[in-house]
Amino acid sequence: MVELGPAPGIRPRPSLWRRLDSLARAAFPVVCTVLLLLLCNAPFGIPDQTTLAPAVAVVSVFFWTLFRPAAMPALAVFGIGLLLDLLGWLPLGAGVLTLLTVHAVCLRLRRGLARQGFLIIWAMFAAIAAGAAALTWLLVGLLELRLLPMAPALFQALLTTSLYPALAIPFALAHRELAAPEQA
Amino acid sequence: MIRLSLPLRQALAKLTLPVLFAVSFGVVLLGRLDVQVGERARSSLADALAPVYAAMAGPLGAVRAGLGGMTGVFSAETENARLAAEITRLRHWQAVALALAAQNRSLKAALHWVPSPAPEFVTARVVADAGGLYARAMLLSTGPNHFVRKNQIVLSDGSLVGRITEIGSRSARVLLITDLNSRLPVLLVGGHGRAILAGTNGPRPRLIFWSGTAPREGEQVVTAGIAAGIPPDLPIGVVHYTAHHIPEIVPNADLDRLDTVQIVSGGVDAPAVSTPSGAGPG
Repeated sequence: MVELGPAPGIRPRPSLWRRLDSLARAAFPVVCTVLLLLLCNAPFGIPDQTTLAPAVAVVSVFFWTLFRPAAMPALAVFGIGLLLDLLGWLPLGAGVLTLLTVHAVCLRLRRGLARQGFLIIWAMFAAIAAGAAALTWLLVGLLELRLLPMAPALFQALLTTSLYPALAIPFALAHRELAAPEQA
Repeated sequence: MIRLSLPLRQALAKLTLPVLFAVSFGVVLLGRLDVQVGERARSSLADALAPVYAAMAGPLGAVRAGLGGMTGVFSAETENARLAAEITRLRHWQAVALALAAQNRSLKAALHWVPSPAPEFVTARVVADAGGLYARAMLLSTGPNHFVRKNQIVLSDGSLVGRITEIGSRSARVLLITDLNSRLPVLLVGGHGRAILAGTNGPRPRLIFWSGTAPREGEQVVTAGIAAGIPPDLPIGVVHYTAHHIPEIVPNADLDRLDTVQIVSGGVDAPAVSTPSGAGPG
């Protein structure tokens, strides 16, 4: 694909290929998240592998809501949450509500947070990840009517926080190149 | 395409999130009211993914085995010594077992013992962890036209690992004995007491509600066979007391590394399952 700079002014005519290209770029965050979720459930045989998918979902929803909210609309977040519930065998709705909450909080914080440096965003993300893990724990406990052990929720929060840099760096590269519809 | 005015579009955009929150509460309610809906959705998703994961399992297993082999090189010497010691110990037990088997045979012959039927089983490959955050379960690829039914018992190397809880057209989910929701009547072999084996989501399930004397450390635990569909006397594990004096079971099967498992299709009280071969071994 020929790369054209995002120069203001005269733009090439929106041909079919150009429109497909810009559509693919706009769909990249959601498609990428869904594929990552499916990959997280593949039989790698990693211990505690099941904590990986919710962590990836939270990182993904947070990052794209913060930096490219147009490519991570609420409806897509809903779909990703539903997929998470079905894949992760959570009670229906627990993952959906958690991810929608992350999305809503992130939209609220967006204006101030998006301009901050990496470390401040990461620290903020740690708080959100802890909140998300606690919310999932609470929702699953409420829906299954039992007190669940706290340890998995704690581990979940830690894993999600530590996974952030590993995913945010490739996401940031994609944010500038692959997922930028203005470069189509 | 309908052209909407800018303020209307902005108002609609603001409404999306609250509406979606309301819809997700609806989803929660639906999942609570009708368990079938969620189960069917999960099963069809699992059915779609099971062949893909089964195809991935081969190469991924090879990679894992290769990595395991590389780290195994460093511990080969200590591993050899450990295995040699274990072989000596097991030779002794083999002699004891053979003598006891012969004695058992002759005693059974003298008593005109009616043997319980040997369980029939089918073997399936484990394709994915189906546990999630707060459950311990796994997904089996059963292939189309399987004869797997709900509540059937799943074994690995002759030891019990769990029961079938959900079935799709080409996959099945096994709830492991370590899951928080797993409850199983068991028999303590030494004292002939009965107990309930309850999962905790940890690696070792607990014994609760035992009858008679308390379970002894190192005692064998087998299935009690009083619940429908569970054949009796299938080994599960060995009793072990924690530091807080809670009796736990160390499962015989390595529940974290299961590749293939056997699904027992017939039991004492189980409804007869029609296998292609008909009667099967008696």
